Amino acid sequence: MTAGKGGLHTREKVMRLVFLGSSILSLFFLALICIFLFSNGVPALFKIGAANLLLGTDWSPVDTPPFFGLLPMILGSVCVTVGAVIVGTPIGIFTAVFMVYYCPASLYKLMKPAVELLAGIPSIVYGFFGLVLLAPIVRTIFGGSGLSMFTASIILGIMILPTIVAVSEAAIRAVPASCYENAVALGACRERSIFCAVLPAAAGGVTAAVVLGIGRAVGETMAVVMVAGNQARMPAGVFQGLRTMTANIVLEMGYAADLHRDALFVTAALLLIFILIINAILFYISSINRLQHS
Amino acid sequence: MNNKIEVKGLDLFFGDFQALYNINIEFAEREVYAMIGPSGCGKSTFLKTLNRMNDLVVNCKITGEVRLDGRDIFRAIDVNVLRKTVGMVFQKPNPFAMSIYDNIAFGPKTHGVAKRAQLDEIVERSLTAAVLWEEVKDRLKKSALDLSGGQQQRLCVARSLAVNPEVLLMDEPTSALDPLSTLKIEELICNLKANYTIIIVTHNMQQAARISDKTGFFLLGQLIEADSTDKIFSSPKDKRTEDYITGRFG
Ligand SMILES: Nc1ncnc2c1ncn2[C@@H]1O[C@H](COP(=O)(O)OP(=O)(O)OP(=O)(O)O)[C@@H](O)[C@H]1O
Ligand SMILES: [Mg+2]
Repeated sequence: MTAGKGGLHTREKVMRLVFLGSSILSLFFLALICIFLFSNGVPALFKIGAANLLLGTDWSPVDTPPFFGLLPMILGSVCVTVGAVIVGTPIGIFTAVFMVYYCPASLYKLMKPAVELLAGIPSIVYGFFGLVLLAPIVRTIFGGSGLSMFTASIILGIMILPTIVAVSEAAIRAVPASCYENAVALGACRERSIFCAVLPAAAGGVTAAVVLGIGRAVGETMAVVMVAGNQARMPAGVFQGLRTMTANIVLEMGYAADLHRDALFVTAALLLIFILIINAILFYISSINRLQHS
Repeated sequence: MNNKIEVKGLDLFFGDFQALYNINIEFAEREVYAMIGPSGCGKSTFLKTLNRMNDLVVNCKITGEVRLDGRDIFRAIDVNVLRKTVGMVFQKPNPFAMSIYDNIAFGPKTHGVAKRAQLDEIVERSLTAAVLWEEVKDRLKKSALDLSGGQQQRLCVARSLAVNPEVLLMDEPTSALDPLSTLKIEELICNLKANYTIIIVTHNMQQAARISDKTGFFLLGQLIEADSTDKIFSSPKDKRTEDYITGRFG
């Protein structure tokens, strides 16, 4: 049975409509979220004042008069993200190097799915692990409650590991073998060849890996809420508790009303802007990479 | 004349496949050797044996002897020192993803040169020796990847020279280059002859005739004959050599 020319044509048209419709729908959701966040946030921005919101160090939304300073949460997010990067980046890059250059094939077959599994573990499980296992250890060794920037950074660092490992591994693998061979032929040992010749060639991809990890760390909520302590005050030290922007929303949205609720929308909008900036950086890195490879 | 490298009874296997059969040859100091032969006959494999690059191939097994200045390269010399002494330029130019300066400084830094002034001096000397200095002296901090193919290949030569090698292995160094760049590399080889032993693999008979003092002909993993280039090209002893260089073969 042969489809008539007209029939084929119609089917093509229908499919194109389906694809177009799906794309529009995706963009529509994005637009909807943006509009929703900003329309709810902007009035608060005017009523409270941008300076008070962004630079205020006091978050007491139910006091009279209330204070809606978001700076503690902004810094909180920045702190745990930096901590996560400090924890996750070296381990992630070393793991990727190991998987490409040192790992025997049999072990690789085990490691690759293991790292993927690490990415698939629900964040509540990470949080639970941090709360029940890590926090008591931190409490015993360093004092305090154990629920702190330190604990949150470690948990987040572990959570962004799979992203960093997977993306760096791909970047390192994409470097031609000749790069390594050239370094070895100059008399460089294995480590120097890898870290001083191959890694620079993979720098774009490895940076992208770290930025992707940052994106994940900034947006992470559940695990952080469970281990960071969540005190709404300026971060006071590595072993003190702090509150992130995500935690601020999830902790208070249940009972927030009026201006308080709107201030949470501003928090969410800020998060969105953070992610936007991170994506812009990623876009910039990948455009440089493309230039270098052509 | 002193023998720089002596190869005795060299057999090389990739797993079950024997790639080189009982190779015997000597390389004298300050001479240019051309290795010729049809594709797949083992020229690159032989070259890579001399600086132990075949160590990177997992299932590669080597028997026989290779001596550098009389010392066994497999047992008596540290492999990284061997590779410093016996430099290699690959077929495809492959600068590191860093500046021109850092490319050249990579080797010296590997071998312990840390002083800035000393590195500066090495960079200039190596680039000058590779006839690239004039073209790049104003852009040393720029990425080496932005150079042209011919420039990149000369950069790779300079990078090899920067570690003060005594022998230079070149595997078809001009096969990816235009005639002008090829000419530059050939001139370079003739200049370098004053200080280095050079072993070059080439598919270009004219090139072998132009630049080499001695020529070795490989066929199916065997070194059929090796002699002065004039002899090989005018009156080869072996019929197969004659067939190959007159183009009736390969
Ligand atoms: N890593 C390897 N593993 C297995 N076999 C190999 C390996 N490298 C080379 N060979 C085999 O060894 C033989 C010689 O290869 P080699 O690369 O030395 O040839 P060549 O003379 O340099 O050829 P060409 O002129 O095409 O470069 C070939 O049959 C090749 O298939
Ligand atoms: Mg070859």
